[in-house]
Amino acid sequence: MRDVAILGAGITQFGELWESSLRDLGIQAGFEAMRDARIRSDEIDALLVGNMAAGRLIDQTHIGALIADHAGLAGKGVPAVTIECADASGAAAFHHAYLSVASGLHDIVVVGGAEKMTDLPDEDVTDIMATSLDQQWEAFFGATLFADYAMVARRHMHEHGTTREQMAAVAVKNHAHGALNPKAQFQRPIKLESVLGAPAVAQPLGVLDCAPISDGAAAVVLCSADRARKISDSYIKVAASAQAGDSLALHSRGSLCGFEASRVAMEKALKLAGRSRKEIDLAEVHDVTTISEILAVEDLGFVKKGEGGRAAESGMTALGGELPVNTSGGLKARGHPLGATGIAQVIELVEQLKGNAGRRQVKDARLGLAHNVGGCGATAFVHILEAV
Amino acid sequence: MAAGIVSYGAYVPRFRIATESIANVWGQDPVAMARGLGVQSKSVPGADEDVVTLAVAAARMAMRRAGLPGNAVGAVYVGSESHPYAVKPTATIVAEAIEATPLLTAADFEFACKAGTAAIQACMGLVSSGMIGHGLAVGADTSQGAPGDPLEYSASAGAAAFLIGTRDLVALIDRTCSFTTDTPDFWRREGQRYPRHGGRFTGAPAYFRHIASCGRELLERSGSKPSDYTYAVFHQPNGKFPLRAAEELGFKPEQLKPGLLTPVIGNTYSAAVPLGLAATLDVAKPGDRIFVTAYGSGAGADSFDITVTDRILSQDRTGTPTVQSLIDRKVMIDYAIYAKLRGKLLLGGGAE
Amino acid sequence: MAGKAGVRFWRETSSRYNLAGNRCGKCGRFYMPPRPVCLSCHRESLGKMEDARLKGTGEVLSFTVVHESARNFELQSPYIMAIIRMDEGPALTAQIVDCSPQDVKIGSRVSAVFRKIGEEGKSGVIYYGYKFVLD
Repeated sequence: MRDVAILGAGITQFGELWESSLRDLGIQAGFEAMRDARIRSDEIDALLVGNMAAGRLIDQTHIGALIADHAGLAGKGVPAVTIECADASGAAAFHHAYLSVASGLHDIVVVGGAEKMTDLPDEDVTDIMATSLDQQWEAFFGATLFADYAMVARRHMHEHGTTREQMAAVAVKNHAHGALNPKAQFQRPIKLESVLGAPAVAQPLGVLDCAPISDGAAAVVLCSADRARKISDSYIKVAASAQAGDSLALHSRGSLCGFEASRVAMEKALKLAGRSRKEIDLAEVHDVTTISEILAVEDLGFVKKGEGGRAAESGMTALGGELPVNTSGGLKARGHPLGATGIAQVIELVEQLKGNAGRRQVKDARLGLAHNVGGCGATAFVHILEAV
Repeated sequence: MAAGIVSYGAYVPRFRIATESIANVWGQDPVAMARGLGVQSKSVPGADEDVVTLAVAAARMAMRRAGLPGNAVGAVYVGSESHPYAVKPTATIVAEAIEATPLLTAADFEFACKAGTAAIQACMGLVSSGMIGHGLAVGADTSQGAPGDPLEYSASAGAAAFLIGTRDLVALIDRTCSFTTDTPDFWRREGQRYPRHGGRFTGAPAYFRHIASCGRELLERSGSKPSDYTYAVFHQPNGKFPLRAAEELGFKPEQLKPGLLTPVIGNTYSAAVPLGLAATLDVAKPGDRIFVTAYGSGAGADSFDITVTDRILSQDRTGTPTVQSLIDRKVMIDYAIYAKLRGKLLLGGGAE
Repeated sequence: MAGKAGVRFWRETSSRYNLAGNRCGKCGRFYMPPRPVCLSCHRESLGKMEDARLKGTGEVLSFTVVHESARNFELQSPYIMAIIRMDEGPALTAQIVDCSPQDVKIGSRVSAVFRKIGEEGKSGVIYYGYKFVLD
């Protein structure tokens, strides 16, 4: 397997984008990534698209074909495929794009993620997000995605003493970061009291503990490291791409306080990269809820199990802290177009590793980590990117 | 073979609305309404309850007390005038929920408030003839009255189930008889939401005539008199009618006491007499005789002559609540919540 | 969405009504709903899974009060969702009903009841299943 580099990146605004359809968003991100990578469409060997729910959200499946066509690639025989792992679809697509280049099957691959969530009323979106749970044995009985995470939160509070304030601190931090990100859905800081006082979604989670409904797309161009070196001595290398899984229903897991899938994916990724977690300079983790980030920093091993609540509260994971987490604003503030998130996380790392993150820049960022979870923890991907 | 009651079960939902809360909405005198009807409050089913869930709860209790497996049941009949489906029997769902499927017969009954007792009679016939070993008869309702109509004060929700057999009986049903005529006192047309009734016509020519005629027929055929009975259970559309019917036949108010539930939980329609009987069996002693007469509009009455056996004391009823404890465990609600739960609000939103 | 409840949920009636699960004939581990293969014994359990019913009793592992409800649950909103560890071992996700949220604690003992879960609109099939009440 050969080394793989990220040649270019493109990302749309994330938010409620009434004027843009899914296909519009897909090609906007894709064209920007191609321009950034300085490649032409006839150089594209394959297109992979991460998308979770277009089949329900806009009654459209076959998204690979849709985006390829809209990008002008129809009739060129470019293989185009949709990859789905719930809201880890973006990372899943990246993983398979990486494999296709690493294996030598393809030389230049465009991989993107896109989701159009605002063409339906919010109540429908709640149900559609719940399709990532066990339909027959969780959603059937009234569970929603946020209800599942709420039960994780309550158990974590019970076993480890985590507080609502500690959870709220995650939201405050990520909104502060989002305020520095011109592509973020929310670009204003929020106060702890606002998070604590927000209307309940599923107790103890309130509206400001939960990622928003978002439209958006993000894309990167992958190529072999050899090809990247022809352009420049320094490039961004994919040091590791790993996935792990666990039982679909939350109630089937060994513990409600952590995602084994995240932990195992992390171990695999570190081993593939040949690095230790101490060397990681920043991380984009899956904060679909505030408790999710607390779990993530624990499951990824940055803090001991049970200590995750202190991470945001103490400033450890803020910009300028020991390990900045979610400098993009995270799912919480940057937004969470389901299939796009995994790629958006990768792009934040690319910007940081290249020194292009402006006011969000982490000093001397050389090694970054992206963590993308499907549903309530049944799937987890960890990607490690290295500035060479 | 003589048929009787092997076991019984009951269920009353926990919500209650006071007569006063209803009266205040419609500008009626709360005290006068409560006094006139003899009803203080009525039971209201929760958002996730319907005749099926009520019937299942009562049926499961009867099965648990009997200590029999589901496949011992050869028939399930559910009587109600608020079955959730007009076509697709409640009885099949109950049968599945007590694991009696697939080798059994089942059907739903309708006869206003006496559908439950009609089901008991059908089970008696099947077991006495040897066609089946045990039959489960359930009376269950989540009845509705039109907003502002007098029936709104009393139409309530409940269920009681009787496992009928010929062996190991807690009570023998020595005799049953019925009195049936075509009388339009109370009815609901197909597709209509609420029933209609004939006002004062529902009294003498309907309720009283049928109960008295049927009751007298049972006493005559049994060669018994009212004082031979420890208890009497009558259909109870309000708190007043049963006392008057009892007096007409020669029964005393004390005999009705354990079985008269309408004053606190309203008229549970097909469950009214079954619940009254269940509540009476909860306190009855071996040898007690119980006189039962149910009434259903349309119209008809079913009477039963019941004798309690020794087994009433030895049957294990631990872990299964008495009717009184179901009545006592209550949560009061106001008219707004009641209207929401009973589908009396015009909800908007998505496709139906 | 016509007909989804009719068939897709009908298959699981005995599990949703009567907690019908199964048990590994090799190691005795319980599952609800039934699984085709034991998670501990894997291929050695093939053909050895036996029907088994749960009693219906268990304890609360965690719970939440849902305010942004799933479709068709609006009339019950806010409602309590919980993950319950059944006495035989499997855990289930279900509503806790007939109590107020303050009464529910992690560790509370609960028992299964039969309730209406939902319906496919006013003319569609009604589906029933388990919920739990505090002991």
